[in-house]
Amino acid sequence: MSVHEQFAEDLALYALDALQATERTNLEQHLGSCSGCRRELEDLRGDLALLSLSAAGPHPPQRSRDRLMKAITEEKQKEAVSSPKLVSSATVSISSESDASSGWLGGWVGRLGWASAIATIIVGAAWVNNTQRKNDSLQQEITALRTKSGQDSAELQRVRAEFNALTGAGSQQVTLVALQQKPQPQGKALYVESSGKLLFIANNMPALPADKAYELWLLAADGKVLPAGVFRPDAKGSGIVVDPQLQPGIAAKGFAITVEPKEGSLVATTKPMMVGLVI
Amino acid sequence: MSLVAGVRARDESAMAGLYDRYSSLVYAVALRVLGDTGQAEDVLQEIFMQLWRSPSSFDSARGSMGAWLSVIARNRSIDALRKRRPETDIEDVVLSVEPNFADTADRNRALAQVRGAMTAMPEAQRSALEMAFFEGLTHTEIASKTGEALGTIKTRIRAGLSVLRKAVNPGSALRA
Repeated sequence: MSVHEQFAEDLALYALDALQATERTNLEQHLGSCSGCRRELEDLRGDLALLSLSAAGPHPPQRSRDRLMKAITEEKQKEAVSSPKLVSSATVSISSESDASSGWLGGWVGRLGWASAIATIIVGAAWVNNTQRKNDSLQQEITALRTKSGQDSAELQRVRAEFNALTGAGSQQVTLVALQQKPQPQGKALYVESSGKLLFIANNMPALPADKAYELWLLAADGKVLPAGVFRPDAKGSGIVVDPQLQPGIAAKGFAITVEPKEGSLVATTKPMMVGLVI
Repeated sequence: MSLVAGVRARDESAMAGLYDRYSSLVYAVALRVLGDTGQAEDVLQEIFMQLWRSPSSFDSARGSMGAWLSVIARNRSIDALRKRRPETDIEDVVLSVEPNFADTADRNRALAQVRGAMTAMPEAQRSALEMAFFEGLTHTEIASKTGEALGTIKTRIRAGLSVLRKAVNPGSALRA
């Protein structure tokens, strides 16, 4: 039996959360590099969903619905009286390991204006609640900010479109570096811990084979390494990751970039080519 | 606007619509695993509240809402049964299944096919599958309980899932 077949045998148990820790870790490493097994895992989870149908029959009592809707109404009311609180955001510059200390300024000076706008949008998306409204003036501010929050999704799409426009045909990109030095890969991550919102922009990224992509990793403060989006650079070496749906509340100590299969990986399979720590 | 989009827009009626469509699916799985109506109601509440608080945790690219919820319900119920912290992040659950559980007629048709396949399945295979899925037992625990070899249990579970897939989607087969 090949190594692949051995892992394929364990996929059903993995889908059931029935593997021992060591087996689980080994399989997850294999999944990171085997698209066939990832696809089969999705199918097996679909099979489990079918199996769940065999339990069909009883309906929840009406009190469950009432309880849920009451809880939702209460949460909405809390949201309505909470004040927006600008949470701390982390800004990370990522540089290639070979040139970790030089050059990001040159690559970013030309983009500071709209990068600031992007940061504003991301931070705007991170409004959280908890503090009671104190007065009418604050309520007006809440209303204005909540309206803006509701527009965040559309604005992020607009940012993406603008980015594509700025990096598309006809655009000019200039990176200033020391003479006789080739432009270095650079990346900038804007991350808000409380909401999990993340925007990552890279440039001067080397071209990749057709079956490869760059994967961004969040280096969590507790030591975990979490996938945070996959991108392929355009012809000019630019790439972007917008809001990869990270779980809110993960403290980040930094970010890293590795080269992975084009569909991405659950675990890093290559050595990081770029790293950056939270400033 | 879809129900999920409505929930993302903080529309309570959209949330009520999602609940009405899928709550029986979630509750039935939770009750089957936990065997206690109170605990099943708690799991039901927890899952739908999580969906309300973080609707983006469901990505339609990851599978149909009904199938996704049923797998989440099973995992959360097993966690509750074992009184452990959730082991699988709901955002990690990616699945592929036909039919789409949103349609009641499709769901009922699939239910009849699944029940037919389960009934026709050899007792030992059905038992292994149910112990793994509804009781959350590992293959080691099932082997210990039944006195069968580990490899036999592993094969029965995998083959049992294959039977279900073929019953609902004739012509399909495990790829790996």
